[in-house]
Amino acid sequence: MTGAQAMIKALEMEGVDTIFGLPGGAILPTFDALYDSKQIKFILVRHEQGASHMADGYGRATGKPGVCLVTSGPAATNTVTGLATAFMDSAPMVCITGQVATTAIGSDAFQEADVCGITRPVTKHNYLIRDVRDIVRTVREAFYIARTGRPGPVLIDFPVNISRQTVEFEWPEEVHIRGYEIPSKGDKAQIQKAAELIKDSKRPVLYVGGGAVGSGANKEIFDFVEKTGIPITTTVLGLGIFPEDHPDSLRMLGMHGTVYANYSVQRSDLLIAVGARFDDRVTGNIEKFCPHAKIIHIDIDPASISKTVKVDVSIVGDVRHVMKDLNKIVSDKRQDITAWTDQIAEWKKKHPLKYKDSGDVIRQEYAIAKIGEVTKHKAVVTTGVGQHQMWAAQWYKFKAPRSMLTSGGLGTMGYGLPAAIGAQLGRPKETVVCIDGDGSVQMTICELTTAAYYKIPVKLFIMDNEYHGMVRQWQQLFYNNRLSGSVLGPSNPDFLKLAESHGVKALRCDKKDDVVPTIQKALEHDGPVLVHMVVAKEDNVYPMVPSGHALDQVMDMA
Amino acid sequence: MKHIISALVENHSGVLARVSGLISGRGFNIDSLAVGETQDPDVSRMTIVTTGDDRVVEQIIKQLGKLIDVIKVVDISEDEIIDRELVLAKISANPATRNDIMQIVNTFRAKVVDVNPKSLTIEVTGSESKVDAMLELLLPFGILEVVRTGLVAISRRAELAAPEKITAKTTRFSAGDEKPKAGKEKKKAAAGKKAIGDDWY
Ligand SMILES: Cc1ncc(C[n+]2csc(CCOP(=O)(O)OP(=O)(O)O)c2C)c(N)n1
Ligand SMILES: [Mg+2]
Repeated sequence: MTGAQAMIKALEMEGVDTIFGLPGGAILPTFDALYDSKQIKFILVRHEQGASHMADGYGRATGKPGVCLVTSGPAATNTVTGLATAFMDSAPMVCITGQVATTAIGSDAFQEADVCGITRPVTKHNYLIRDVRDIVRTVREAFYIARTGRPGPVLIDFPVNISRQTVEFEWPEEVHIRGYEIPSKGDKAQIQKAAELIKDSKRPVLYVGGGAVGSGANKEIFDFVEKTGIPITTTVLGLGIFPEDHPDSLRMLGMHGTVYANYSVQRSDLLIAVGARFDDRVTGNIEKFCPHAKIIHIDIDPASISKTVKVDVSIVGDVRHVMKDLNKIVSDKRQDITAWTDQIAEWKKKHPLKYKDSGDVIRQEYAIAKIGEVTKHKAVVTTGVGQHQMWAAQWYKFKAPRSMLTSGGLGTMGYGLPAAIGAQLGRPKETVVCIDGDGSVQMTICELTTAAYYKIPVKLFIMDNEYHGMVRQWQQLFYNNRLSGSVLGPSNPDFLKLAESHGVKALRCDKKDDVVPTIQKALEHDGPVLVHMVVAKEDNVYPMVPSGHALDQVMDMA
Repeated sequence: MKHIISALVENHSGVLARVSGLISGRGFNIDSLAVGETQDPDVSRMTIVTTGDDRVVEQIIKQLGKLIDVIKVVDISEDEIIDRELVLAKISANPATRNDIMQIVNTFRAKVVDVNPKSLTIEVTGSESKVDAMLELLLPFGILEVVRTGLVAISRRAELAAPEKITAKTTRFSAGDEKPKAGKEKKKAAAGKKAIGDDWY
């Protein structure tokens, strides 16, 4: 068979059922081979950035690497944002890019780009295939690396001449990568030390991030909290790992986290970090971060440990395994922490999440809370980046793991719609909702066509505040309200007509009373829907810890 | 503090770019980097000299360890090591100064490898401190050009051989299949021992 056929067959052997992509010269042989695949459904996108976010959304929603397939040069560079997004948030994905013939590499050939060079800092690993006999092994390694350890995107650059050469298909049962190590079980002695710290702690807090979601540790986390009564806060990527309506949930921490989560972390004497990496949006001023606490850090990535904060006990291992082992030895005879939990209960009462609800205007907080209620907090939610993203994190109330897909690390506007499409294809029976901003959505809005053509029933809610709202908020607070480049209203398109021209059902909602019926209508429709939600224009997201401040230096709504 | 990092890496194209890109991309400083093939033609050895506090060096090692093409990486600064650097130096010379220069060259067991009416080219091998000491003595004569290889170092302990090729096994390909794998065990540097190699006098 040809190299291209070997590539497609290897993808089939890896269990790939969906590929997102767009063809072009250097990848044509592979597209030709794909044409014969009965197993793989091909989704033609409108822009390769969309394909990369779809693969990412598929990967985050299922835990299986999502796959995108594009041509060389400009197509490959179009995936860079998607790769960087997936890399920052440890999403499993495999991206295959066409490349000019090996004989032309380095000659500035037509549509040539040094894709391995360009993507090196934004991939977990990348490959340039130089020999047709390496194709199958490379695919195996790429999938293995993408989904194991700390997951991430892997890129395979596939020169066109190699895809045309012939090769005998040979499936290696085993793959050996001597430079790749995956910690699994944590060190026993370290786990014991952690248990001791937990036993002696009077004010413990559990701080959980996306690593716990990726490792599938929701049950172990839940058991730990049930057993110990230790309050739990999550990062934006950790949302859904633990039901947010549980009394021990402190909800999200960080810049726009709850006041009580941030107070708890700052006053704690023990912080148990699980699959989280102390991002600056989470810690605020790192010098002033949890000043009284000892820190236990459990993570599969040794390089995450002691990167920005010094920890007292580090456990390198798969979060799920480590938590399971920790649960076995965490003592019942611990310090009494009721004084602590009482204090937290008081903070919760005194500083709940709140918003101004007045008149007919739709507040995003209200609309998002209602989306949560109507979908029973069980939908897969994707977002863009900005105020709507933070409000989605605050108000949806997540209860299920892998239900919040958002660009936390890179903060990529335009992630929401394509990620929703990818997630929907990965989990076809479930409700997928994209809560997007009027700014963010326009970055990848062309993928509406993709949703319409393949009848992918994502529900897109555009929270139209006629601004780059988060930018406007910072300008109002820190730049004398000089709205440089943040005004969108006068130039926004007619979203309803836009949807209709793409063949997508469109609904408009501009009154508070219509919010619930509109959401219901959207969810009932069997197909993609765009809801143009006209919302309050100049609201700000609170609580807010301005950057450079300690987590308990919070600005909150009066 | 100065650290010497020794890494075994896959000997194929792009690996040097990965390592140096990682180091510059994360804002680490390196003083020197020397690469060459090992006894196994599939494996190269990189010796990286860097200055930084322990936290920074720990990050460099951990980040390098994450690169798939890095088979093994160790900080050998605390080890019993032999470290050497090769230096070629062109020194301004005339009949009046030539003898003095030769004397310095002999003391350091260096070699004169080229003679010109106006200069001498000297080859010297040794630890960094030896090389630095010699260059300092030669400074007054006028150093026209210096070419240094950067440090290479070898530990006196058991060799940091590349593990067998077979360190990983993948036999399933379902989601969430994470099998632990052997290999690339990071040996802790033997503590307490000073670097030697200052045995040139
Ligand atoms: C690709 C990209 N460009 C720019 C930014 C900077 N940025 C962050 S939030 C934001 C505004 C987003 O506007 P919108 O999507 O309407 O969300 P809102 O804040 O109004 O809810 C911008 C421009 C970004 N995060 N990503
Ligand atoms: Mg907006």
